[in-house]
Parts: sequence; C-alpha cells; structure tokens
Amino acid sequence: MPNDLGIIKTQSFTLTDELTLKSGEKLGPVTLAYETYGELNRDKSNAILILHALSGDAHAAGWHDGDKKPGWWDNMIGAGKAFDTNKYFIISSNVIGGCKGSTGPSSINPKTGKPYGLSFPVVTVEDMVNAQKKLIDHLRISKLLSVAGGSMGGMQVLQWTVSFPEMVRSAIVIAASVTHTAQQIAFHEVGRQAIMADPDWQCGNYYGKAVPARGLSVARMIGHITYMSKQSMEEKFGRKLKSDGNLKYDFSSDFEVEGYLRHQGDSFVQRFDANSWLYITKALDYFNLAQEENLVSVLSRTKSSFLVISFTSDWLYPSYQSKEIVKALKISGKDVTDIEINSSYGHDAFLVEVEGQSKIIPPYLERISK
Amino acid sequence: MRLAYKIILDFIEPNARVLDLGCGDGSLLSMLIKERHCTGTGVEIDEDAIYKCVENGISVSHGDIDTELLDYTDKRFDYVILNESLQEVLHPKKVILEALRVGKKVIVGIPNFCHWDARAQIFFEGRVPVTKELPHEWFDTPNLRFLSLKDFRHFCRKNDIKILAEKTIAGDKIISLEPNLFAKIGLYLLEK
Repeated sequence: MPNDLGIIKTQSFTLTDELTLKSGEKLGPVTLAYETYGELNRDKSNAILILHALSGDAHAAGWHDGDKKPGWWDNMIGAGKAFDTNKYFIISSNVIGGCKGSTGPSSINPKTGKPYGLSFPVVTVEDMVNAQKKLIDHLRISKLLSVAGGSMGGMQVLQWTVSFPEMVRSAIVIAASVTHTAQQIAFHEVGRQAIMADPDWQCGNYYGKAVPARGLSVARMIGHITYMSKQSMEEKFGRKLKSDGNLKYDFSSDFEVEGYLRHQGDSFVQRFDANSWLYITKALDYFNLAQEENLVSVLSRTKSSFLVISFTSDWLYPSYQSKEIVKALKISGKDVTDIEINSSYGHDAFLVEVEGQSKIIPPYLERISK
Repeated sequence: MRLAYKIILDFIEPNARVLDLGCGDGSLLSMLIKERHCTGTGVEIDEDAIYKCVENGISVSHGDIDTELLDYTDKRFDYVILNESLQEVLHPKKVILEALRVGKKVIVGIPNFCHWDARAQIFFEGRVPVTKELPHEWFDTPNLRFLSLKDFRHFCRKNDIKILAEKTIAGDKIISLEPNLFAKIGLYLLEK
C-alpha cells in the first residue's frame, strides 16, 4: 500500500450540454477540474466527494509535479488519514466561476474568442453543485458514500443534500452555515470593493494587461483576518516587529502581522483571479439553503446522515450557525452527529485542526459504510 | 454488565427510539442498540466523550442537556434517559418536564445523597460526604443538585409525574429494605 498518493494530475471534464443557471442564463461549454485519489470499489459504494473553500481548488491531496507543498487537505486525505484512500475513492471537485481549471470569468467565451470578464453570468452555489452532479454522473457513480467540505465546501455539501438527496448517503459539513449573516456579507463586500476600486480592474477587462493586484491583495488580507482568531493572531504575531526591532516611523510595515498580511495578499495575486473572487464571494453571499421556505421542511427532504463540525474560536462561521443546522435536522428527525472542536485557530481550524477531525471522521464513515 | 445498565435495559421495550441525555462514551446507547435493537442518539457536553461515542458507532450531539432538549418535537422518543446526569444540570425540573415532553417515558438514575454512609460522614465527621458513588470533593464536583431517593419521589408526586417502576441498588445488589438509607442509586421509570 503506498504511503502517499504520489504525483497527482488535475483532470478535467467538460459537460455535454449547456448548464442552465439559477439566474435563468445558460452557460456552456462548462468544464470542471477535479482530482481523484484511491480506488473505486466494484459496487461503487466507497466514493466520497470533497469540496473546497473559497480560494481552494481541485488539488486537495498529493503532489503535483514540481509542487513546493501538497494539496490543501493533504493532512486529511491519504492512506491511513481521516479520508483513508486505502478504503475510499476520493473525488475532489473544483467549482464553476473559479480560475483553477474550471469555467469562470477568466475562461475564453467561445462566442467572442475573448475572456468572459464580467460578461460571465453570476453563478450560485446551486449552479456549482449542479455542475458537480454532472461530473459524478460522468464517473458513473449513482450514490456517494459521503460529501464533505469546510466553509464554502460545507455550503456545497448542504446544497448537495437538498438538490440530490438520493445521491448522498452522508454529509460532513464543517465550519459552515445555511446562509450568510450581514456581517459575513459585509466582509465580502469590502473585499469586492477593494478589487473594483483598483484602477487596473477596468470593469473586469484586465486580461492580458496589468491585473488588479492591489485590490485582490487587500481582499485577501481582509479574508485572512476573518480566518484567524484573536488568539491565533496574538500567538503568531502579537506586537512583534519585523526586522531589527525598532519602529521605523514611516508607513512601510513595522509589525510582523502587517508583513504577514502583505505577503499573503501578494502571493495570492499570483495564483487567483480577481474576477473569480468577485463571482465566488457573490455566490456565497447569495447562498440561502432555506430561501423562502422553512429550514426544517427543506432539510426534511434530505436523505443523508449528517456530521456537523464547528470550532470554538471560529467567529466567521461560529458554532451557533452549525447548531442551527443541527437543530433543524433534529426537528426533522434526521440522523445527525455534531461536535464543536476546541481550537484556537479560528475559521482556519478546518484546514489545520487535523487531530480532532481525524478522530471523528473515520469512525463516522465506518458506521455509514455498514 | 453493570446492574444499573441491566435495570435500564429491562425498562426498555425492544425496537424503541431512545434519547440518552448525558450519554458519556455512549456505552449504554450502544448496548441498547445491540441488545434491544433500539435506535437512538445521545447528548453529551464533553468533547472527548463525543469521539468515544462515534467510535462506539452511535450518533451524538455535542451540547448542554439544559438547552439541547428544546430541539426535539413532542413524543419524538419512546424513552428519554437521564442516567446519573440529572444532578449535574442547571434546571433539573425544566429538564425532566422537557424530557417527558419529548419522550413517552423517561428513565432517571440518581445517586442517593442520603445513603447511611453519607449521613454518617456528615454526622460523625462533620464533613460533606465523599463516597464511591459520590467521589468528588465539594470544590471539584460536577454535581449541582444533592437529593435523596425520597426527595425525588416527593418531586414526582408534586409535579404529577407517575413513577411506573423504581429499582434501588447498591453496587451489584438490589436494595429493597429502606432504600433511602441503604441504596446508593435509584432508577425510575416515569410517565406523565
């Protein structure tokens, strides 16, 4: 049995038909990037779909050729890990609207031969999931053992259980909510405004020219602040100064936290498209699982077992939002297990707090597999 | 098997739907699932216990009994179990009444704070009792409520709760003579 997944390649799947979006618009052709790890068993009962967060991609585990670091959830996916590739066939799917190999605003619009930019239609989490459903059909899997993800991934998981109840045996919803609060929308809006205020943004028509690097970088910095907790920031940076320990009395960066944010912002610009940031944050802000309906009656239609995980120091998607999901599931009589894992990492905990997640996910999947 | 578990198993009809409040590592629930073919779920406040529950193959909710009960609809369960957890809740009366709302029957297991051993420690030593069943010192006890079997019966009478069965034990023995003095644990099957 291999100890790691070896060199992984991202694959892509192009939908045979156009995708009709929630807005009524049609999008096509639609390509979705994905990766798989482990082997699908004979009766195709061991497939788990992994869904990523806002800035993630299909590369969840293993190494790409030339990678400096492995996939974003490599500590959770692999032989003997929480999502054990010796037992399960793992599919990690990207989202439409993104910029990591799936159709999004930076893709070429076949009608014009130019990148879509803002002519790309606004997509929703429902649309993302509808595209992923086509991928699962293409892989000839009729029922997923589990659909799992954190943050935006968790919202996609919830949408899967509602959109395709027959296909989801279990749902692992981590650090997510059924809808965004005004505060969550507000943080996203500041990020979007930063991008749109950048003169290089050019109403989204910047492809082939200078990208709105400053705007996207600021958007990412705001994101990072919300992903950490006060405590994790205090532990990591406190008031520590960069360089020689003296204040510089200017506006270059004195504090380590400033340097960290600038570095995170700058490096993000190298790997992410500003328009994708606009589209995906919008999709998240639009997300509202219950919509006009009551959450209990919406979740009553699901046919999954649920594992709902939250983290004590996550103030972006606080535990009470997970408890809202759990409460509605209990009222609708669904099988649900929930845990609030003690962690000081804030919202980032779903990526780094491996121990607790690795203790609860394997026995949960074991029970569901029976 | 612990005598208390055996008594609870005997209280419960096969194939029942069970909610265990303060389910610890889930061992009682997994026993009920295996031996009585029950379906069930638990509520537990301790994070480490949640991991053990999931290892034991049961579903469980991480939270406080005082608030979690509000999440269930009327008579959702055939039995609600409060085994040695009632003395640790903030609002025991509210919790029992809520348990009787969501469950058709309720099973309560309580430690008897007026066992002779405890009485003797108070009387002769002038100290708050520490016994095998009540192993905690006053400063680190999880127990918020101190009651006797007699107190519990009185409570049920006052609140129109029917005691369908009472079993009183000390260790692995059934105590039928003067249980309020000689029994260490009382187990009750209740209905309202």
